[in-house]
Amino acid sequence: MTEDRTTESRTAAESTADGRTAEERTTAEERTTGERTAEQRVTVDVPDLSLVVLVGATGSGKSTFAARHFKPTEVISSDFCRGLVSDDENDQSASKDAFEVLHYIVGKRLAAGRLTVVDATNVQSEPRKELVALAREHDVLPVAIVLDIPEDVCAARNAARPDRAALPRRVIQRHQRELRRSLRHLEREGFRKVHVLRGTARTDSAEVVRERRFNDLRHVTGPFDIVGDIHGCRSELESLLTRLGYDLVRDDAGRPVDAAHPEGRTAVFVGDLVDRGPDSPGVLRLVMGMVAAGHALCVPGNHENKLGRFLGGRQVKVAHGLAETIEQLEREAEQDPEFRERVREFIGGLVSHYVLDGGALVVCHAGLPEKYHGRTSGRVRSHALYGDTTGETDEFGLPVRYPWAEDYRGRAAVVYGHTPTPTATWLNNTICLDTGAVFGGKLTALRWPERELVDVPAERVWYEPLRPLVSEAPGGADGRPLDLADVTGRRVVETRHLGRVAVKEENAAAALEVMSRFAVEPRRLVYLPPTMAPCATSKEEGYLEHPAEAFAAYRADGVRQVVCEEKHMGSRAVVLVCRDAEVARERFGVPEGVPGAVYTRTGRPFFDDTEVATRLLERLGRCVAGAGLWEELTTDWLLLDAELMPWSLKAQGLLRNQYAAVGAASGAVFPGALAALESAAARGLDVAELLGRQRERAEDAEAFTEAYRRYCWPVGPTEGTDGDVLDGIRLAPFQILAAEGRSLATVPHDEQLAMIDRIVAEDSVAEEAGAGGSGGLLATTRRIVVDTGDEASVAEGTRWWLDLTAAGGEGMVVKPLQAYVRGEDGKLVQPGIKCRGREYLRIIYGPEYTRPENLARLRIRHLGHKRSLALREYALGLEALDRLAAGEPLWRVHEAVFAVLALESEPVDPRL
Amino acid sequence: MFLTISTSGDAQNPATDLGFLLHKHPDKAQRFSTSHGTAHVLYPEAGVERCTAALLLEVDPVALVRRGKGRGRGGAPDSALAQYVNDRPYAASSLLAVAIGSVFSSAIKGQCAARPELPERARPLRVEIPALPARGGAALVERLFAPLGWTVTARPVALDERFPEWGDSRYVSLVLDGELRLVEALRQLYVLLPVLDDAKHYWVAPDEVEKLLRFGEGWLENHPEQRLITSRYLSRRWGLTRDALDRLALARLAEADDTEADELDNAVDETADTEERPVPLAVQRRAAILDALRRSGASRVLDLGCGQGQLVGELLKDARFTEIVGVDVSIRALKEASRRLRLDRMPERQAARVALLQGSLAYTDRRLAGYDAAVLSEVVEHLDPPRLPALEYAVFGAARPATVVVTTPNVEYNVRWETLPAGHVRHADHRFEWTRKEFRDWAEKVAERHGYTVEFLPVGPDDPEVGPPTQMAVFHRRDDAGGDAGKKANSDVNDVNDVKYVNGVSGKQRGTDESAKEARTA
Repeated sequence: MTEDRTTESRTAAESTADGRTAEERTTAEERTTGERTAEQRVTVDVPDLSLVVLVGATGSGKSTFAARHFKPTEVISSDFCRGLVSDDENDQSASKDAFEVLHYIVGKRLAAGRLTVVDATNVQSEPRKELVALAREHDVLPVAIVLDIPEDVCAARNAARPDRAALPRRVIQRHQRELRRSLRHLEREGFRKVHVLRGTARTDSAEVVRERRFNDLRHVTGPFDIVGDIHGCRSELESLLTRLGYDLVRDDAGRPVDAAHPEGRTAVFVGDLVDRGPDSPGVLRLVMGMVAAGHALCVPGNHENKLGRFLGGRQVKVAHGLAETIEQLEREAEQDPEFRERVREFIGGLVSHYVLDGGALVVCHAGLPEKYHGRTSGRVRSHALYGDTTGETDEFGLPVRYPWAEDYRGRAAVVYGHTPTPTATWLNNTICLDTGAVFGGKLTALRWPERELVDVPAERVWYEPLRPLVSEAPGGADGRPLDLADVTGRRVVETRHLGRVAVKEENAAAALEVMSRFAVEPRRLVYLPPTMAPCATSKEEGYLEHPAEAFAAYRADGVRQVVCEEKHMGSRAVVLVCRDAEVARERFGVPEGVPGAVYTRTGRPFFDDTEVATRLLERLGRCVAGAGLWEELTTDWLLLDAELMPWSLKAQGLLRNQYAAVGAASGAVFPGALAALESAAARGLDVAELLGRQRERAEDAEAFTEAYRRYCWPVGPTEGTDGDVLDGIRLAPFQILAAEGRSLATVPHDEQLAMIDRIVAEDSVAEEAGAGGSGGLLATTRRIVVDTGDEASVAEGTRWWLDLTAAGGEGMVVKPLQAYVRGEDGKLVQPGIKCRGREYLRIIYGPEYTRPENLARLRIRHLGHKRSLALREYALGLEALDRLAAGEPLWRVHEAVFAVLALESEPVDPRL
Repeated sequence: MFLTISTSGDAQNPATDLGFLLHKHPDKAQRFSTSHGTAHVLYPEAGVERCTAALLLEVDPVALVRRGKGRGRGGAPDSALAQYVNDRPYAASSLLAVAIGSVFSSAIKGQCAARPELPERARPLRVEIPALPARGGAALVERLFAPLGWTVTARPVALDERFPEWGDSRYVSLVLDGELRLVEALRQLYVLLPVLDDAKHYWVAPDEVEKLLRFGEGWLENHPEQRLITSRYLSRRWGLTRDALDRLALARLAEADDTEADELDNAVDETADTEERPVPLAVQRRAAILDALRRSGASRVLDLGCGQGQLVGELLKDARFTEIVGVDVSIRALKEASRRLRLDRMPERQAARVALLQGSLAYTDRRLAGYDAAVLSEVVEHLDPPRLPALEYAVFGAARPATVVVTTPNVEYNVRWETLPAGHVRHADHRFEWTRKEFRDWAEKVAERHGYTVEFLPVGPDDPEVGPPTQMAVFHRRDDAGGDAGKKANSDVNDVNDVKYVNGVSGKQRGTDESAKEARTA
C-alpha cells in the first residue's frame, strides 16, 4: 500500500530526474513481495480500476485463471476476438484484425472506467507495449499477471483440447522462451505491478484482491467545508474556520494544532497551504493536525509539491514565495527539529485529488477534466497540480492557463483553487476558491452540499501580486458561445420531472438552424413554452371541442380544482423583464440598453425594432415596480409567459398568404357563382339543392373572414397621426415563470394571477398619469375556478366558455389550480388543456368545418402524440427553469431549451 | 371555384351552339365526379343572342387535406403542405384546369360529333373568372392572355376591405373578351390557370410534358412568354417531393410560431447561381476568395456557410486544396450542395477531399479546429448583430485557422444597383449591410482581439465614389502573438457586445422584396 502512496506523490518530472520511473521502483518492490509470499497463499492485488494483462504460453491456463477471478464481461480474450472477425478462434491469420477489435473494446471499457483483463499470450513485448500505451491513454494502471507454467503441463492441456491438439510442441517452447526473456523487462515496459505466478500450485491457490484507489473516497459523504488557497495566511485561516463553526484546539504555546466541527463536518483543503504568506509552518501545523485527527482532508498544491521536493533534498528554484517558507521553517526548526521531517512526510503522503460524496464532488488543486476523475497517471497528477497550460507565457512571464473549466461538462462538481480570482463563481459546475488571500483578497470556503460560500477578508496584502487579480480566469465566462456538442445529434435530456427525454437527430438539426439563424442569444433564451394539447374531441353536435371534455379529463386525473383562463388570441410571447437595462446587461448580456427581451415560442425576437421592445419592457418594468414585486420576490428580473396581441402583429405573412387570401378568394367568387345559380334556377333548371349549399358555403366563408378579423387591428402610429409605437399593442401575461434564484412555474395559478393582476392594475395607473401610449398595454386574463367534481360548477364553467366564445373569444385553457400536479398513479398531469371556440376553429379547420359531413370526418383525430409531446415539452421547460434557478451553467439551461425547440419540430397534427 | 364562358350569336349562328361545342345541354344542370370534387355545369342564360355556361367545381376541403396525408402519426395530416384553411375550394387553380380537361374532354380535343364544323369556327367569347390566383398580378395576366387575342380586364381583389392597408391579394377578377375558337380558349385556360397559380404542392400528373405539348399546340410556340409559361408549368413537378420532405421539420417550427414556412426556410435558393446560370458577381467573388486562399498557401480549408456548395466545387478543382469542409446550418442547403457536387458519384479519391457538415457559428465546434483557412463568404450579414460576437469567437477564438477570408456586401454600392429600391438590402435575409468603414471597424477590432492581421480587398468594379459591390477582408493569424487572445480573455466577451448595430437596415425588410435579390441585380 505504501508503494502507491510513494508513486502517487511523485510527478513525471521527478521520475525522469533520477532516470527511473516511479512505476519501476514500485514494481520492483511489489515483485519481491509477490514472490516472497508465493510459498503459501498468493495474494494478487490489483487496483479496482486497472488494465490486467495476462502473460503466459499457450496452454498455461490464462482463460481458466481469468474465469476464476474476474467477471466474464471483464475478460477480453484474443481468441474471442479472432472468432469475431474470422469465425475461427484459432485462425492466426486474423490476428491483426482481432487485436484491433480487442484494443477497441478494451479502450471503450477503460474509458468507461471499468477494470479489464486481457487474455492473450502477451509473451512478446510489442503487444504488451500497445496495451500499456492503451492503459496510459485512459489513465489507468497496467498490471501484469504472469503465469509461468511448465512446458509439459501446457502441452498436456493443449492436447486435451480438440482445436489445439495439433499445435506443434515448438510453439509452446517458443512461448516459454519469449516469456523468460520478457520477465525482467516487464517493469521497464511500464507495468505498474507485476505478479509472477510460478507453477500450477501457486497459480491455483492465488487469490485476486481488488484494492480501492486512494483517490476514491466516494464513500465519504461529508458534509464538507472546502477551503481555498491559504499561502501561509494562518490568521485568516483561523478566522475562517471559526466562522465556519470549527472549534480550534491550541497547544501550550497557543498555536492551533487542530480544529473540529461540532456537527462532524470535514474540512477539505485544496492545497497551496504554503509560500508567500507570513506563517506557512503555522498553517501546516494546523492542517496536518486536522488531517491526522480525521477532521480534514488535504490535496497537494503545486507549492506543496515543490516544497516536498526541496525538503527531500532536490534541487529546486527558490522562487514564488518559497524563500519565505524555507526561512520560516528554519526558524521553526530551532524549537521543533522534527517539524521539517513531519512536513516532508505529510506532503509525501498527499493524494493528488479526491472523488467524494458518491462521486458528486471532486476536489483537487488546479482543476480536473471529467475523464481524469478517479484515474491514476502522471498526467492526471500533473493536471491536478498545475492545471492545463497552453504552453505559452503571458506578459508577466507566467504560464497561460488553458481554461479547461469552460470545456467541462461533467456531472461531478469540481472544486479547486490555484488561479487567484476576485470572487469565486461557478462555471460549468466547477468553482475556483482561490480568492487571493495572500494578495490582500479574501480566504474563501465552500460549504458542501449547501454550495454556500463563506469568506474572510485578508488582514493585509501579504505579498504583491505578480499580475493583477482579474476576473478573466475561470468563472463568469459564460458570454462565450456554447459548444455545438452540447446540442446536436441524438440527445437525451435528464429532467427532474419526467426522467429522460429523448431528442431525435433530425429534430435537433432543424432546431439548430432556427436557433442559430433566428433565435435570440442563448443567455436571454432561458425558456421556451411547451405546446399544449386540446381537449378530447367532443361528440356534442356542431362542436369539435367542448369544455365538458376538458373538465372530464381532469376529473379522471383526480384534479378537482381547475382554473379556466381566457385564451387571448395573439401570439405567444416570453417576456424577460429586468429592473433596468443595467441588470439586463449584467445578468443576461443584453446589449443596447434594452431592459430585457421579448421572444416568440421558437425563440425569435418578437420585434424587429428594438425601440418597440425597449418601450414595452420599460413600461412593463414600471408596472412591476409599482406593484412592489421586485422587493416582494427579491429579484431584479422576472420571466413572464404571455400572449401578445394583436395576432396580426406577428402573423402578417400568414394572414396575407393564407387567411386573408382565403377570405379574399371566397369573397370574390361567391357573388358571381350565386348569381349564376340564381339565374339558372330562374330558368327552371334543377339547381335548388346546389344553390342552397353554395349559399351555406358563402355564409361559412363570411364567418371565417369575421373570425380572423377579430384578431387583427393596426398598431403603432398610423399615417398622418403622431401615435405611439406601442399603440394597439396589448400584452396579457398569464404566468410568472421565474425570478432570480427561483422557478415560479409551480406556484398555484390563483396566486400567479393575483400577482399579475397587480402588475396590470399599475398599467392603468400609469395610463391615468399620462405615462404615454393610449389604451392599456397590459391586459388582464379573465378566469373562473371550476370544481370538476361539482356538476353545477362544471355547468357554470361551460356557460362561461359559451359566453366568452360567443362574444368572439378564442376559447379558454383549463389548468389545474395547483399548477404542478401528479395524478394518483404518480404520473405528471397535463399542465393545461385548451378548449377552443367554435368560430375560432374555422381558422384552424377551415371555413366549412362545421358542416356535418366535414365534422364527422374531422372528429377522427389522434391526440396521443400531441399529449405526450405537451408533457415532454412541459417537463423540459420546467427543467430549464429549475436549472436556471439553481444557477447551473448556461449550457445546461440551453440544453433543455434547445430540446423544447427540437421537439416542436416533431411530426404531429398541427391543428391540435 | 368557378368560371363562366359566354358567347353571343344571332339566328344563323345562335349562341346556344355553345351547348354543342361543350357537349353539355343548355337546359340541363349536370354534375360530374372529378378527382377533386364534384363539377357542375349549368347555364345561367341560354338564348340565341347570348348563352353562358358556368362551371362550378365543389372541392372537398377535408378530402384535399387527407389526400395530402403527410407523415404525421396516426394518419394525421402534416403541416402547412395541406391546410384546411385553403383557397382551393374558392380560387380557380390547377384543380379547375383539371376539371376543364375532364368535364369538357371532347371540347378541349376540338371534337364535336353532332356539328363537326363548329369547333373550327372562331366566335365571340367572354370568359369570366372571379377569383383567379395570379402570381405576378394583373400585369402578368395581361401579358399571358393579350398576345392570344384577348381583350383582358383583370381587376385585383383586395385582401380584406376592412384592412385597406393590407393591399391587394394575389387574386384577380378576370374577364377575357375575344373572337377565338372555343377549343383554343379551353386549352389556353388549361395551361395558363396553373401557370398563374404557380402553387407548388398540387398533384401534378406524370404526363405533364405531353399535356403541355398537346394543349399548347398552335398558341404556345410563338407566345412571347413561352419560357415563363413552360418553366412554371413544368417546374411544379420538380422539387415536389424533395422539397416537401426536406422542409417538414422547419415548416413545423414555422407553424408553431405563426409564421410561414418560407420565412424560416429561406436558406436555399435553388434557382440562383447555378452552374447554368451563374451570378457574375458571385463568380468574381469566388475568384477573389480562391486567389486569397492560394496566396495564403492553405491546403485544408473550411467553407463556413457553404450554402449550396458553389465555392466547395471551385476548391475541388484545385488539387492544392487537399481537404475541403463545407459547413452550413441548413440541412436543406447541405443536401442541395451534395446533389450539386454529385458527392455520391464522385470518385473515391476526389470524394475523400471533401466533407459537408451541419454546423453553426453560434456555437464553438471542436471539429473546426486545426484548419489552414476558413472562408466566410456572404455569411456575417445573415446574422443578427447581437449574435456576431459568438461567430467571432467561434471562428477567430476557437477554430483559429491561420487565414480567414470574409466577404460581405458593401452597402454604399447599393445605389449603383438600378433595380434595388433605395434603402433596401440585397437579399431578404440580410440582417444588415455594412459600409466600408463599418466593415473595416469590425474587422480591425476582431483582428486585434484575436491576434490576427487584416487586409482589405475589393471584389468587383471598385467605384471611385462608393467602392466595390463586395468587400473582402483577409485575416492572417499572428503566430508571435500566440493564441492567448482567444483562450484567456473573457473580458473580450464584454467588449464584443459593442459591435455596432446597423440601424435602418434592421430586419424590417426581411422576407419582403424578392426583386432585391442580388441574382437579379447583378
